[in-house]
Amino acid sequence: MKFAVIVFPGSNCDMDLLWAVKDIMGVEAEYVSHNETSLAGFDGVLLPGGFSYGDYLRCGAIARFSNIMKEVVRFAEEGLPVFGTCNGFQILTEAGLLPGTLLKNSSLQFICRPVPLKVVNNDTKFTSEYEKDEVIHLPIAHGEGNYYCDDETLAELKANNQIVFTYEEEVNGSLENIAGIVNKQGNVLGMMPHPERAVEKLLGSEDGKKFFQSMIKNFGKVTV
Amino acid sequence: MEPTPLEIKEKRIYVDWGMTDEEYRMVEEDILGRMPNYTETGLFSVMWSEHCSYKNSKTVLKKFPTSGPQVLQGPGEGAGIIDIGDNQAVVFKAESHNHPSAVEPYEGAATGVGGIIRDIFSMGARPIAMLDSLRFGELNTPRTKFLLEQVVAGIGGYGNCIGVPTVGGEIGFDPCYEGNPLVNAMCVGLMEHKDIQKGQAKGIGNSIMYVGAKTGRDGIHGATFASEEFVEGGEQQRSAVQVGDPFMEKLLLEACLELILDHSDILVGIQDMGAAGLVSSSSEMASKAGSGLVLYLDDVPQREADMTPYEMMLSESQERMLICVKKGSEDQVKELFHEYELDAVTIGEVTDDGMYRLYHQGNEVANVPVDALAEEAPVYQPEKEEPARIKEFNEMADFVPKVPDATEVLKDLLQQPTIASKRAIFETYDSQVLTNTVVGPGSDAAVLRVRGTNKALAMTIDCNARYLYLDPEVGGQIVVAEAARNIVASGGQPLAITDCLNYGSPDKPEGYWELWTSADGISAACRELGTPVISGNVSLYNETDGKAIYPTPTIGMVGLIEDLEHVTTQDFKSAGDLIYVIGETSADFNGSELQKLQLGRIEGKLMSFDLQTEKTNQDLVLEAIQSGLVESAHDCSEGGLGVALAESAFGNELGIAVKVSMPVENLFSETQSRFVISVKKENQQAFESLINNHGTLIGEVNEQGKLSITAENGEIDLATAEAKKLWGEAIPCLMK
Repeated sequence: MKFAVIVFPGSNCDMDLLWAVKDIMGVEAEYVSHNETSLAGFDGVLLPGGFSYGDYLRCGAIARFSNIMKEVVRFAEEGLPVFGTCNGFQILTEAGLLPGTLLKNSSLQFICRPVPLKVVNNDTKFTSEYEKDEVIHLPIAHGEGNYYCDDETLAELKANNQIVFTYEEEVNGSLENIAGIVNKQGNVLGMMPHPERAVEKLLGSEDGKKFFQSMIKNFGKVTV
Repeated sequence: MEPTPLEIKEKRIYVDWGMTDEEYRMVEEDILGRMPNYTETGLFSVMWSEHCSYKNSKTVLKKFPTSGPQVLQGPGEGAGIIDIGDNQAVVFKAESHNHPSAVEPYEGAATGVGGIIRDIFSMGARPIAMLDSLRFGELNTPRTKFLLEQVVAGIGGYGNCIGVPTVGGEIGFDPCYEGNPLVNAMCVGLMEHKDIQKGQAKGIGNSIMYVGAKTGRDGIHGATFASEEFVEGGEQQRSAVQVGDPFMEKLLLEACLELILDHSDILVGIQDMGAAGLVSSSSEMASKAGSGLVLYLDDVPQREADMTPYEMMLSESQERMLICVKKGSEDQVKELFHEYELDAVTIGEVTDDGMYRLYHQGNEVANVPVDALAEEAPVYQPEKEEPARIKEFNEMADFVPKVPDATEVLKDLLQQPTIASKRAIFETYDSQVLTNTVVGPGSDAAVLRVRGTNKALAMTIDCNARYLYLDPEVGGQIVVAEAARNIVASGGQPLAITDCLNYGSPDKPEGYWELWTSADGISAACRELGTPVISGNVSLYNETDGKAIYPTPTIGMVGLIEDLEHVTTQDFKSAGDLIYVIGETSADFNGSELQKLQLGRIEGKLMSFDLQTEKTNQDLVLEAIQSGLVESAHDCSEGGLGVALAESAFGNELGIAVKVSMPVENLFSETQSRFVISVKKENQQAFESLINNHGTLIGEVNEQGKLSITAENGEIDLATAEAKKLWGEAIPCLMK
């Protein structure tokens, strides 16, 4: 399995994501510039955290127009795995690959700390290695992670079992404490917490490992 | 219309730019042999400002030890460099951004972060961590709350976006900083020996290229501004503050590192355009290499229309770098920067005549010797005189605190903003990006692992200026010692320091005496502890309406942890562990947090302090840690043993049962050279034989959730959770 870590101008968790997947999980991964137009040869796409284009407009609103995003959309539509964390999640909502949007945190401040999360849906290809309702700890680091969507979308998310992670405590004002969601087809997942920051005991938590293990196990056999 | 040379001279326009009559005379008579024009006067005024030339502090800085087998680059370049083995090196520097932050706190702090990060990557290192030392007035006025909030937002806004983790720091509050807050930012980078860069422009005909953001009119005369005092009604100086763009700097960082790491064959030199922007970077690069320089200002990328040479040369627009590349490689450089959507423009070339020449719209607008600008500013050794307060302090009777109820005193101390938890602040900083942070903010020192090795770096920034106010020399020793104690408590061997020397006006004999005398203390401690000064900056004129801040030499220190196994935190780990205090405790309350709490001010003769005892205790603690005998270690500082014990219990919300043979008030004494250590019972014998008689067993960690500390004539009895709550909520409460 080979992952593409997309690098937008202003991405700053790209190195962390590559390190987690390649050096810790031991699968192939390469950086792919926002300017590229092809994802040929890759089996999965990872959108890193950071401040793409400085987030000077809405977070992710400019990145979605990058060359590579057309290809990411095609990739997703073909059922191949796409994962976005933090700014990556924001980009996925801006690109229309996931519903809803991320507002400013209710505290109006950036928050960086490990938070408890519940894996409310382990019946996805991203979370199958977790137990149902398992409580894990992953770091968050964002100023705009307050998930919001309209009632209709929320009802749909619930009906289709698309809510994957919820915060175990009030963190940033997110609707129903939503921390991460998956698309209807089950191949595009976005979340504000950073599983790639939790793959080494030395740095405080290994709770993110099962996330990547799930992806590798369930999507591993797919080829382009 | 710009004034003519004659008008500049007759109307003494240079005085407004911080130049003295004598300095003007030197430029006219000794250097040029003619009257300088408007642009040239501007160049000299800014290059000869204290901020750029260190003209008042040079003789002070010469006192510092700056060499050692570990030093690869001492002061004089963008940042200092220290060998950490395996062909790797750690690069670090701290810099003040006090004046801009007082006037425009968000941008002042943000651009302070941006500036110091550029200094680090211009050396060829990837910035891996930021630390900050902040000082404000008492946290009880709307203005101070606003300043704190905005400074913190500025640091986070820049650091979080560019993706360099803010891993540590300290914040202190004292009335002397009310009108003149301090914002000192430190950046640490990691690199390979082979990639070390210099800021130099050499090789006749080689090109000078400008990369990064365009030049605007922001920050003109920022360096001069930083070299003046504040006076009431002086808030019009906002135009001297720059505006930061962390996104631009992220692109610049990646582009410059690619140039440095992958194209060393064409890169000759690189330097940040920091204080005094284009003139300082270009003249220093040429002067260091013994070259001359020609710049064509029409080619400088400009953000605003009709900028004059004076404005372009003195602008402090952010996110700009100057590079010198081999002739013929310009297109290759342009292409590289274009990939990052950045401008790279050839604006001049290296010459061999030692002259600094500027052309604009076909005219020569400046022609001055490059060394005169960059190297030959006058050096002053102002008069110095011991301030009257020192003698008064030395003759005072020692302060005797009243501690009728030690539990209440501990509660009060834990809520003092200087001691209280800074979590509400540091949680707004991304402390983990780049995934190297082993120990983040809130501990004695931050610890970052070095990938591909079993090593880690410990780093801290520290200054107890109250001690320096009572006694600059001994206080200067203590500030270095305390930084080293933080490193040692984390399991590291102290390697070197960087310093931000924040002082009042050197034009007053008392101000200069403080600077001069504290440098002796800092130097002595650096020698004893083996930590040379490898970089830093000087911020003088920190005065408001004639009243100076405490002498505040902020010390940033980096240490090497040889083995990840040695990483130690301050938190007690498990019930049953034994608690020791290393070092002796005496009745040392002058300058203490308790004195400030009870008296509302600090005064008296500073405690005695012995560098050799300090070194002995530090060496013992480090050896015990390296021998695997230590579960937790915490520096004993503001608030004394009582506060150190409480803080050690907070992390895992454990209880302690401690008994000490000392008067109860001594639980809050601030005697130096002490550590609180916890040790597993099975290691008791090995630990005690190692520390010999330098430590005392005082109690045990338990699971009862209570801080129970008994002294000779009183006791502390407080639930750990309650103490932690008071300590944790004090700052959020004050900020409301």
